Amino acid sequence: MKPKPVIQFSNFSFKYKAQKHPTLKNINLTIYKGEKVLIIGPSGSGKSTLGYCINGLIPHSYPGTIEGQLTVQGMDPSRTPIHQLSKSIGTVLQDTDGQFVGLSVAEDIAFALENDCVPVKALKRRAQEAAAIVGLEGVITNSPQEISGGQKQRTALAGILVDEVEMLLFDEPLAYLDPATGKKAMELIDQIHGDAEKTVIIIEHRIEDVLHRSVDRVILIHEGEIIADMGAHEIISTDLFARYGIREPLYVTLLKYAGVEITPEMQPGYIDTVDLLSHKDRILDWYRRTSPAAPSLKDQEALRIRDLSFAYTTKTVLNEIDFAIQKGEMLAIVGRNGAGKSTLAMLVCGFETGHQGEIYLSGENAVEQSIAERAAVVGYVMQNPNHMFTEHIVFEEVALGLRLREVPEEEIQRRVEKTMQICGIERFAKWPINALSYGQKKRVTIAAILVLEPEIIILDEPTAGQDYRHYTEIMEFLKGLNRELGITIILITHDMHLMMEYTKRSIVLSEGELIADKDSSDVLTNVEIVEKGSLKETSLFHVAQIIGIDDPKKLVDTFVSHEKRVREFS
Amino acid sequence: MKRLFNYSEADSFVHNLSGVSKLIGFLAMTFTVMLTYDIRVIMVVLIISIFVFWASRIRLRDLRVVIIYITVFMTINYILTFVFDPQYGVRLYGTEHVIYSFTERYTLTQEQLLYQTTKISKYAATVPFGLLFFLTTHPSEFASSMNRIGIHYKIAFAFSLTLRYLPDISSEYLIISKAQQARGLELSKKQKFSKRVKEYVKMIVPLIMSSLDRIDNISDAMDLRGFAKHKKRTWYNTRKLSRNDKLAILFTVGVFTASLMITIFVNQGRFWNPFV
Repeated sequence: MKPKPVIQFSNFSFKYKAQKHPTLKNINLTIYKGEKVLIIGPSGSGKSTLGYCINGLIPHSYPGTIEGQLTVQGMDPSRTPIHQLSKSIGTVLQDTDGQFVGLSVAEDIAFALENDCVPVKALKRRAQEAAAIVGLEGVITNSPQEISGGQKQRTALAGILVDEVEMLLFDEPLAYLDPATGKKAMELIDQIHGDAEKTVIIIEHRIEDVLHRSVDRVILIHEGEIIADMGAHEIISTDLFARYGIREPLYVTLLKYAGVEITPEMQPGYIDTVDLLSHKDRILDWYRRTSPAAPSLKDQEALRIRDLSFAYTTKTVLNEIDFAIQKGEMLAIVGRNGAGKSTLAMLVCGFETGHQGEIYLSGENAVEQSIAERAAVVGYVMQNPNHMFTEHIVFEEVALGLRLREVPEEEIQRRVEKTMQICGIERFAKWPINALSYGQKKRVTIAAILVLEPEIIILDEPTAGQDYRHYTEIMEFLKGLNRELGITIILITHDMHLMMEYTKRSIVLSEGELIADKDSSDVLTNVEIVEKGSLKETSLFHVAQIIGIDDPKKLVDTFVSHEKRVREFS
Repeated sequence: MKRLFNYSEADSFVHNLSGVSKLIGFLAMTFTVMLTYDIRVIMVVLIISIFVFWASRIRLRDLRVVIIYITVFMTINYILTFVFDPQYGVRLYGTEHVIYSFTERYTLTQEQLLYQTTKISKYAATVPFGLLFFLTTHPSEFASSMNRIGIHYKIAFAFSLTLRYLPDISSEYLIISKAQQARGLELSKKQKFSKRVKEYVKMIVPLIMSSLDRIDNISDAMDLRGFAKHKKRTWYNTRKLSRNDKLAILFTVGVFTASLMITIFVNQGRFWNPFV
C-alpha cells in the first residue's frame, strides 16, 4: 500500500510582508503519514518559516505573499482557520515559557480542551491521561515557576496530545534544554511516534542530538530552498553539512580526521549504527600520531570562592562551594537548570547577598564591595542581549558605563573607540542597536562590559539558540579576548561542544553541590558526572569504548587539539 | 515568590467556598459599604467580616505587614480628614453639637466625629473581605469566577495571564536592574530623586522590548491551541456550587439588598442622621 501524503508543498514560495525577498523559494516537498522527518538548516534558512506555513501561523499571524500550493491533510492552511488546522497538527514551540499559558501544569494541558468547551469532568480526565503519557503525573498541580524547562516542554507536548492530533511539529525542541533533558526529549518524541503512529516533523540545527533516535528523512534547507532530501546515512555521507554551516556529528569528524571516507554503507547516521570497527586501525593510527597540546597559565587567582553557601528562605541553593580560578583562564560552569549556576554568578557579582563563606575578587575580599565596585573587576553579560540595552545608538550603549562613572569625555571617546575596535563593531558606532544582528548585539553587550576594563567576564549561556556559524563566531571572539587581553572568562553553559572545544576546565554543579572541578574532557567522559550534571557523553566517548581506547579523555583532548589546528590552518 | 498572593491551601469554611461565591460575596459586601454612610449598617458588615475572618483561620501574624500598613493609612486618613475640613460633619448633618473647641476653626463636634468614624469603619469593614478573597482563592479560580459572573472570558483570561507572567517579569526586572547597576547605575538614595526616576524609566525599556517578544510568543501559542474559537469556554478550575456556596451568595446579596432598602426607605438618602 502506498503511504498517504499528509503535507504537500508544490512550487511553494513565501515572502513576509515586511521583507523584500522571499524567505521560502519554490519548495516542493511531500511528507507521508506516519513519517518522522527532520528539517535542518542554519539560522535564517527559512526552516522555522516552513513550520509556520504548515501550522497556519503563516499567513494568519504573519501575513505575506504566498505563491504555489500547500495542502495539509487536504486543507489549504491559508484558507483554514488556525484552530481547525490545530486539530490535525499540533505544534510545540521553541520558547518553553512563552507557550505555557496556564497557572498550573494541568490547566496548561487542558487549555485546548477548555477552548473547545469540553465539560469539566471529561477535561480533567483527558488532561490527566495526557500528563501520564509524557510522565508529568506527579507535578500536575505545580505552577510554571516550580518546574524545569524540560517539564515545561513536556507540558506543551501533552497540551497537543490531549487533542489527539495526527501530526506533531517541533520547532527547535532542543534550544532551551540541557543535554540530558534534550536527549530524553528526543526519546519521548520517538516513543510517541512509535506508539501512536503519528507523523512527526522536527525542526532543528543540532543534528547529532536529534539523531540520538532515528528519523526517516532529513531535509536540508538553505536560503529558503531545499538543498537535500534524503536518509540520515546518505546525508551524513555528503559534504553538505560543512558547506551549509551545520555541525556534523563529532564521530563523523573524527573518522574524517583519521582519513576514513564516509559512505552510506557504513550507516554513519547514528552512533549506534555507524561501523567503527572496520576502521578501528585507522582511528587508532591517527590517535597515536596526534598528541594533545598543553596550555600554560599564570599563577595568580582571579576569583576564589571559599565555603560558599546560600539559601532562599529554607531552600538550600548552594552548599559549601569551594574553588579558585586563575587569571587568564577560560572555564565553564555547567549543571542542570536550578543546580545553582546562576545563583553562583549572581553572588560573585553582588546581585544576590546574604551568603555564608567568602568571595575573593583578584585577591580582595568582596563582602563589603557594592555591585558597582565589584563591576570594576567582574563583568556580567546576560543571556539575552536585549535585556541589557538602554541606549538607542551603539556608541552610547558602550559609553554608558563610563558616563555613569563620570569619566572625562575625551577619555570616554578614546576608550569606547578602542573597545569597539577590539570587538569588531567600530563601523556600527552610529548605528541604532535594533538594526544589528543577534551576534552583533552580543558583541555590543560584551563591549559595554569590556569598556570598564574588568579582569573577569561572566557570560550566561552565550551560545544558547545559536547555529554553528554564530556559535563559532561568538566563541572565537571570546577566545581572542581571553588570549590577547588575558581576560578571565567564565561561561555558564549547557553546550557540551563549547565545554569541549573552548574551556579546558569545567566546574559541575548538581543540586547546589560542586560535584566536579576538572578538565572538560574528563567531565565529558565520566559517566557518573555526566549523569549527575545532566550532561550527555560526547559521541567520541562511545567511539573510544567501541574501538577499545582505554583513555577516552585522551581521545577527546587529541580530537580538540587537532580540530584547533585544522581551524587555525583554514 | 511562588504565588502572587501567597495563597495557601487550607481546610476552612471560607477556603472551601468556590471562587465565584467568594467573588460575589466580596463584591456584595463592598457595594453595601460603599453605598451607605449609615454606621449601623456598616457595623453589621464589620461584625460579619470579623466573623468570616475568624472562620477562615488565617493567622493575623502572617498578615502583620499588611495590617500595619492599613492601620497607619487609616490613622493618617483620620487625622487629615479633621485637619483639612473640621466642619464637614456640621455641614453634612446640618446641626452642631460641640464637644470641645480648640480654635474657632478646629472645633470638635459630634457630627464630625460620627462622619469620620463612619468613614473609617467603611475601610475597616471592606479590607478583610478583600484580603480574604485573595488569600483563600486559588489564583486559577479567579479567571473562571470572573467569567461566571458575566465578565467576558477574554478579559478574565487576560487577568489569569497577568498572574501567570507577573512573577517571571518581576524576576526579569530584578536581573535587568542589577546588571545596570553593575554598569554604574546608581539607584540608591545617594542619587537625586528626579534622576533616579529617570534611571528607572530607562530600565523599563529593555523590559518592554522583551515583554513584546513574549506577547508575540504567547499569542502564537494561544492561537495554535484554538483560543477564542467559540463564544464560550470551559475552565479546568471551576467548582460546582455547594450548599454553603448558595447560602453564602444568598446571605451576602441579602445583606446588600437590605442595605439598599434602608438607604431608600428608612434613611431616604445615603446618610443616617441621628441629630434631627
